[in-house]
Amino acid sequence: MSHSCSLLAPVDEDQEFHLDDYEGARARWCPGCGDHSVLTAAQRLLVDEQLKPEETVFVSGIGCSSRFPHYMKTYGFHGLHGRALPVATGIKLHRPDLNVFVVMGDGDCVSIGAGHWVHATRYNVDMVAMMLDNNIYGLTKMQTSPTTPQGYKSNTQPQGSWLPALNPIEATLGITNASFVAQTAEWIPAHLFATLQAAYRHNGFAFVRVLQRCPVFTADIYMDAVRNPEMIDMLDHPDGVPVPESLRQIYPNHLRHDPLNLSAARDLAADTSRIRLGVFFRDEGLPRYEETRHLPAHTADDKIRILNEELDQYAV
Amino acid sequence: MAEDTAVKTREQTGRAQVIRSTQCTVEVVSDSGEGAQKCGQTFGAVSAKMGNGVWTVEIIPAEIQPPPRSPAGASGNRIRIGERVVTNWGDRTNVCIAFNEQVLLARHRLDAIEDDAILLVENMWATHSDEDIRAEWTAAMEELGGAGYRIIEVPMEQECLTVVDNARKGKNMFALGILCWMFDRDMDLTREQIAHAFRKKAAEITERNHQLLELGYAWADENLDVRIDVRPGLSAENTLVMNGNQAAAFGAVAAGMEMAAMYPITPATSVSHQLGEIFYKFGGIVHQAEDEIAAVGVAIGASYSGKVAFTITSGPGLALKTEFLGLSVMAEIPLVVVDVQRGGPSTGLPTKVEQSDLLAALFGQPGDAPHVVMAPATIEECFHAMITARRIAETFRTLVVVMTDANLATGVQPFPRPTLDPAWQGSAPDMSAIPEGKPPYDWDEATGLSRRFIPGTPGGMHTLTGLAHDGNSRVAYASAINQKSSEMRSRKMAVLQSTLRPPEVYGAESGDLLVVGWGSTKGAIEEAVDRARAEGVSVSSLHLRFLSPMEPGLKAIFSRFKKVMTVEINYSDELDMPYITEENRRRGQLAWLLRAQTLVDVDCWTRVLGEPLRPGAIHDVIRSNVSKGGAA
Repeated sequence: MSHSCSLLAPVDEDQEFHLDDYEGARARWCPGCGDHSVLTAAQRLLVDEQLKPEETVFVSGIGCSSRFPHYMKTYGFHGLHGRALPVATGIKLHRPDLNVFVVMGDGDCVSIGAGHWVHATRYNVDMVAMMLDNNIYGLTKMQTSPTTPQGYKSNTQPQGSWLPALNPIEATLGITNASFVAQTAEWIPAHLFATLQAAYRHNGFAFVRVLQRCPVFTADIYMDAVRNPEMIDMLDHPDGVPVPESLRQIYPNHLRHDPLNLSAARDLAADTSRIRLGVFFRDEGLPRYEETRHLPAHTADDKIRILNEELDQYAV
Repeated sequence: MAEDTAVKTREQTGRAQVIRSTQCTVEVVSDSGEGAQKCGQTFGAVSAKMGNGVWTVEIIPAEIQPPPRSPAGASGNRIRIGERVVTNWGDRTNVCIAFNEQVLLARHRLDAIEDDAILLVENMWATHSDEDIRAEWTAAMEELGGAGYRIIEVPMEQECLTVVDNARKGKNMFALGILCWMFDRDMDLTREQIAHAFRKKAAEITERNHQLLELGYAWADENLDVRIDVRPGLSAENTLVMNGNQAAAFGAVAAGMEMAAMYPITPATSVSHQLGEIFYKFGGIVHQAEDEIAAVGVAIGASYSGKVAFTITSGPGLALKTEFLGLSVMAEIPLVVVDVQRGGPSTGLPTKVEQSDLLAALFGQPGDAPHVVMAPATIEECFHAMITARRIAETFRTLVVVMTDANLATGVQPFPRPTLDPAWQGSAPDMSAIPEGKPPYDWDEATGLSRRFIPGTPGGMHTLTGLAHDGNSRVAYASAINQKSSEMRSRKMAVLQSTLRPPEVYGAESGDLLVVGWGSTKGAIEEAVDRARAEGVSVSSLHLRFLSPMEPGLKAIFSRFKKVMTVEINYSDELDMPYITEENRRRGQLAWLLRAQTLVDVDCWTRVLGEPLRPGAIHDVIRSNVSKGGAA
């Protein structure tokens, strides 16, 4: 995602961007909503990486978290429920020079848009895909989502969720050509930032699941984990997200995990008795669809000449 | 019925009787996979190159490998050739060459064969080792024999085995040889055409096919005593020959589009086959998405970030794309959608023609989603429609649905080669810095038009949304804002309509009956009008290319005719059916629109037979409606 075309933006190359250059409308999420943390981390990332606002696009679906682009002062595409990934893919295919971030909720990503999640992972188009997972449908007022814990009560399943929760990390790791799979949590801002930064710097489709609390509907799900860092394993590796210095003491459980080791990653992801944060898998050697499909541009006259040659084959 | 169109004379040259005719319809039918289509296509292409008018349609079973020797499996081509331009597939076939008697029987039962037709049929089945097959042959030949056709048995298998080991793979070129003799086709041209058709295969394949061609020709010369003379009366100069899907694909290239996102669906997919072969040479991408929804999503993403993209689909896919089409309208993202219509509803008739998506294309999106719907009427127009569609989509920041159908998609016809204009490619989108404070929907009060802010443009940062929004693209639920933005989106359609010309009337400007059509039926309707006018019937026709917004001046044109009716390939009730009254009658889809738009009591005649309309059938309808309407 590091490429940018200077011809497209004749702005002063020395211009330095500050936090307020990325701040859009005032966020209207509930107080205590995990989305606020992600927004702050994303804005910090853009400052850190000095991304040009006009060359950056945040694409979202529908749901609480999908209001995200409105609160950024970049280009934003707040489209349809579940369909952020195809839009983002179209943008990158046509304009690989743009920095593309996708913000989805759990309903967006692994329910109504699940097909796109599988295939976007396989396309491995260079973008950051964040799944803001609060385990519930919030905007529509507390319906069970695929990641709702089994037995958890909602308005649609008042007797408790009937099925075991879907494991998005394990599932993503099962998709051919997955190149970056990470998990972080909104209540650990330093880890959240470090993970988003690693995702941004990854060349390929970077899938980041952000564990989140919905203060209104699922405040209790991660309550124990928030209070007790012992419950969390930090995946630690220089090729993934090294555990930030500030967290090394607070989070005592560090698991040395080489993100190139796919089978170890799958085992770590499958074991849901522990909450594991960090980069499960990362491989920059995998083919990227927008690169595979990239073609040189042609002038109009050039195209007319080639088209005439093609039409000759159909001449009577 | 053939006597209406074909002027025939007979003469004897040597042994063979020569029938001279202004036009002739030929069918080649076989089991699926036996190559009848390649035979038919080659015959059509050679005829076009020789200067005959040609219209070719595919006869396609819905399954890839239907049971062999079954009437449901009939696969092949109908080729109608004429001395002059041929605009449609005609009525019934005059010559049919069949690889087994069951597929021939299928055509007979579909009333596809002219009473005095010449039928050539493979006779290996008469002496087949399987008793059931012999019995089927006997029964079929009895049924066909009773119909009065001239039936000629051809030992195709036996003859082809002298050249190839597997005659099943060679009969099509043998059959082509027979047709070449019967219609006196240019053999050099035919050999060239075969070489072109098999250009991707090994050289010996072409050579063997040439041998089979000559074998068929020699067999016919030896054994047949009837030839048909349809003289080439056209100049083949500066002419292209292709089907409508190919024309749409080339049109997209000529229009400068660089992204086609699609998901396989019959009968639209072959647009992407054509593009798959050539698009990359122009820097264009055919993206085969994971589903219909993703296909339109990718096209919208690409369009949003620069050049107008398009997606290709058919009815069921159009339904799946609906939500995104609404977004394209709401957020004013230019988009071109090609809907190659097939029979519906649901999976319907995947390989057959219908015009039943019109109202869905216009009104399928939830909420009020004004957008453009166009319908090319000919294969040539499939090419040009893409250029117009892209231009409109971009200028008006809107969705343009281009509606073709299975008839245009698979029909092959020669048409004048377009002179390509670099201006069609469009200019690069405006990405100059946007002055501070200029809103992303800076609607011109009168026209609703505004500049598109494309990512990468300095100063244009905003979040596009499918939610109700104000000019600044801020989510806004206030009633006045929603009223205003709805008005702005709607206004663009009126502005476009103000630039359209009134449609031309085919025939006299006034009279007893005006037949109104849209899409692929133009050729058949006009041929029927010609036949009726030749009999002195006061009838004209009119064909619409824009269905939304409607072309101007319709009411004034309609007022000059005693009766106006549409002819369409979609379903409508008829008044003599049980329970059907003027009040509850469901009419053809264009008739609905015209009645609503003009308040004229527009009648309709429609059929959903899974085949293009026959000019003879429309002719009958015209006659009965003028005698009714004219008297009333």
